[in-house]
Amino acid sequence: MEASRDDFVIAIRSAFIQRGNKQRFSLFFLLILSIILLVLGRFNFSAVNYLTISVKELVYRSSFIVSVPENYLINSYIDLKDHFTYYNHYQELKKKNKELNSNIENNKFIIAENKRLKKIIDDYVIVSDEIVAKVLIDKQSPFLRSVIINKGSKDNIKLGMAVLDGDFLVGKVVEVNFTTARVLLLSDLNSKIPVTIEPEGYQSILSGTGKNDGMIQYTKEEILLEDGYTVYTSGSGAIFKSGIPIGTIREKRRVIYFSDFSQLRFVKIIAFKKGEN
Amino acid sequence: MSRLGKGKFLNRLLDLGPIILLYISVLNELDFNYLNLTYFSFNFPFILIFYWSLKKPENLGYGLIFAAGLINDVVVGFPMGTSSFAYLFICGFAAYLRNITLRPSILKDWMFFLFTVLVVSSLNYSILVLFFEYNINYLNIIINIIFTFFLYVIFANIFQIYQKFIASSEKND
Repeated sequence: MEASRDDFVIAIRSAFIQRGNKQRFSLFFLLILSIILLVLGRFNFSAVNYLTISVKELVYRSSFIVSVPENYLINSYIDLKDHFTYYNHYQELKKKNKELNSNIENNKFIIAENKRLKKIIDDYVIVSDEIVAKVLIDKQSPFLRSVIINKGSKDNIKLGMAVLDGDFLVGKVVEVNFTTARVLLLSDLNSKIPVTIEPEGYQSILSGTGKNDGMIQYTKEEILLEDGYTVYTSGSGAIFKSGIPIGTIREKRRVIYFSDFSQLRFVKIIAFKKGEN
Repeated sequence: MSRLGKGKFLNRLLDLGPIILLYISVLNELDFNYLNLTYFSFNFPFILIFYWSLKKPENLGYGLIFAAGLINDVVVGFPMGTSSFAYLFICGFAAYLRNITLRPSILKDWMFFLFTVLVVSSLNYSILVLFFEYNINYLNIIINIIFTFFLYVIFANIFQIYQKFIASSEKND
């Protein structure tokens, strides 16, 4: 009994404490090192965090390279599987294609109906080519909120064209030179744009304040505008097409623009034409 | 002379085979997930480390196993040191079995491997749950252990063939 316990102890000691043949470290030393790492990691010791970050940098790149053959195998497997399911896929696609074709026919009808209705309300339906311009000068004073762009009459820029930052209206062209143009921003005191306030559909005029916001004007006092209502161009006055997003209502009649006018680098200049009869 | 150098290089490469395979498996996280087999998973590094620590420990350096564990922790997202701790424990169990075994048999190795995997997995996940407050799906762990246990025999036979191939290659030189 005593001898068997001794054998056990000797075997354990030999396995864990003694360094094996061609081994630089003993198991015991490395196990202690692992435990130290775990304990330090538990308490977010910064050295362990740095070690983790360094190992991650190395491992993620290496892992990408090592995974190339496996990824190739996976892709081949997927390709092979696709070949076997080819017929079923074909049947599914055939069914989907039929549904899509019927949807296209429905859409054609809706588009035609939409065009006809827009013609009745005399809306603008055709958009001319977009011209992308770079903002050259952006020195905005409290008295004049405008920017200079690097496109002019040479590039078919005309007075009154709408200027957009992405999908949001930022102003209109008020001055056209041969290679440059001036854009009056919506925040300028002189800017007056006919707008629709949704979801109620109120018609009004958006006026610049000379600051970074706008003000809803010429509406009846009893109209209650709630925070979060969205302001779009109304299309009346034949300046812009209807439905271009501008901003949202805050604090009764104040409008916060969607676009940050101080960050304009590139803008789109668009003209809207009436649809042909 | 050149043929001799080439042979030595090949032998060295064959000797490094297990450690290369270990690093590939931890870097690649061999999981066969793309097969879309529900619950199928096994721990290949456990099998590889146990087998080679038992049969030819000089082919797997403990320091390299420790580093492989650290890499596995990064890939899997475990706290640093968790896998190293588990891998080194497997080495210890394998070394113990080697020390007490006079007449090796694959069945004994297999049963001891089950015991090893159960102990090491328990330790490993106890650390994660108790020390690092991880949420663990115990069913997945049990299935992983079962598959690892069953696949050991298959991989052990493959490794045996590989070992014989190394031996014959060394003898030829």
